[in-house]
Amino acid sequence: MSSLSRDDVAKLAGLARIEMTESELVELSSQFGMILDAVARVQEMDLSGVKATSHPQPLENIARPDVVLPSLSPEDALSGAPAQEESRFRVPQILGEAE
Amino acid sequence: MIHQSAAQMADALAKGETTSVELTQAHLDRIAAVDGQVKAFLHVDTEGALAQAKDVDARRKSGEKLSPIAGVPLALKDVLAQKGVPTTAGSKILQGWRPPYDSTVVSKLKSAGVVIMGKTNMDEFAMGSSTENSGYGPTFNPWDLTRTPGGSSGGSAAAVSSFEAPLAIGSDTGGSIRQPAALTGIVGVRPTYGAVSRFGLIAYSSSLDQAGPFGRTVLDTALLHEVMAGHDVRDATSINAPVPAVVNAAKSGDVKGMKIGVIKQLQGEGYQKGVQSRFDESLQVLASLGAEIVEVDCPSFEYALAAYYLIAPSECSSNLARFDAMRYGLRTGDVDGASAEAVMSATRDAGFGREVKRRIILGTYALSSGYYDAYYGSAQKIRTLIIQDYAKAFTKADVLVSPTAPTTAYKIGEKVDDPMAMYLGDVATIPVNLAGICGMSLPAGLADEDSLPVGFQIMAPAMQDQRLYQAGAALEAALLSKWGAPILSKAPELKGAK
Repeated sequence: MSSLSRDDVAKLAGLARIEMTESELVELSSQFGMILDAVARVQEMDLSGVKATSHPQPLENIARPDVVLPSLSPEDALSGAPAQEESRFRVPQILGEAE
Repeated sequence: MIHQSAAQMADALAKGETTSVELTQAHLDRIAAVDGQVKAFLHVDTEGALAQAKDVDARRKSGEKLSPIAGVPLALKDVLAQKGVPTTAGSKILQGWRPPYDSTVVSKLKSAGVVIMGKTNMDEFAMGSSTENSGYGPTFNPWDLTRTPGGSSGGSAAAVSSFEAPLAIGSDTGGSIRQPAALTGIVGVRPTYGAVSRFGLIAYSSSLDQAGPFGRTVLDTALLHEVMAGHDVRDATSINAPVPAVVNAAKSGDVKGMKIGVIKQLQGEGYQKGVQSRFDESLQVLASLGAEIVEVDCPSFEYALAAYYLIAPSECSSNLARFDAMRYGLRTGDVDGASAEAVMSATRDAGFGREVKRRIILGTYALSSGYYDAYYGSAQKIRTLIIQDYAKAFTKADVLVSPTAPTTAYKIGEKVDDPMAMYLGDVATIPVNLAGICGMSLPAGLADEDSLPVGFQIMAPAMQDQRLYQAGAALEAALLSKWGAPILSKAPELKGAK
């Protein structure tokens, strides 16, 4: 039986940038054992020599001719912004004293 | 008028017997009458729909050559961006967002003159199989309002099944078109991966996601398929090839001499009795029409569910990183001195629902160093084996078949606290997504034990989508003559309906 502790879940939630309440952490850690057991079945088969498939199509990189195409105006691009200033996205402090 | 097929509506429009405004208004009236119970729509764009209808009527009057389904109204899954119209993907994190651009699917619908009536409910970011994971409450199955319509495209399926719309668009990452089609007694198709542009389709799992059509008949579904598919330079995984001749195939509907492979692993144990009986009966019907039924073995399918629930969460943990509270969508906790990271974390906590968080955490785990090879790496190898199983099976059969879902529609709330039980409902649909091929679900009748619809799944190789329609149309016609009336005529009348 696999398991993931409350602290393991808290660490993953931090990596995924999701603040979680104590009850969410406990609930997830209690469900994870069962889910991990189920998905761990992928390890039951002998997979030696099998190539990995990341994508269903055998595509090479696709490039288009380097020409200017119409794109969003600054007003449109900013239309959903939670906050803006001087035609730019205004964001909370990224560098500096916080943390 | 609303009980006709989309093909009949299109015909009446072409003959001038009705107008798109009249037809659209009739559906808007139906939505007003019954959607309070079904809750298929998150947003009804009454004004926009009538404006589109008026425009297409004018284009017709001026003699413009229009697409075969011009003027027919449609319901759009809220996962596709439509310029200026609220688009949420069923998530609180996108509440109030109005995209500044159209997805390619929407652009194609608009130029084809299809009238978009509104956005339909879905499991948040398409993660779920019952539409109960929507941030805006569940959708109810028109066959029994205490049950789910399936998911994640449950709103679109319920809209078509309750005659609120003759056509709808969904998206299918692990069965999210085929399973709700099965549970609501309609037709749903997941086209070949890359056949329909993903530009403007809010991403869940990019290597599996594909938008596709819903209709009440195989032909209607084909008519919509033809309009929405095609190469798009804005989607690098879009296939640069002509759209398969799906409409012609739906019109010819013939299985004489066709080899139909029954997948050994996708039936029997775990499948509800009434589901299995309707499936077996449909096989007999196909045999009586001259198809040759063979059994095929796909041993790696047993691991498909496990592989899917590693691959999809892994991709989603990466895709959903874009919801960072910076450029669009929700932002909470932006108080003086709060760091960007704190705002991001608080916003993602407030904006994402339980299932989305569960999958992001699972994906983060599966991709983390030390576990990557054992989980994500192994799942990718299983994916290779599934592709090989299909390739082998398609040397023995032209199409493959199975029940679409192991059970009929279940009660709202029944599986919502048991993620694994919910995931098991996708066992028969997931292999198609992992291999990037195409699949259809069409009604096979009602299960004896609960009188609820059962879906029959047909699968075909990549870019052979016409085979789905050819076999589907033949089965549909034979079952219709057996039943005497379409399956939806057996659904109970909704209260408030005229």
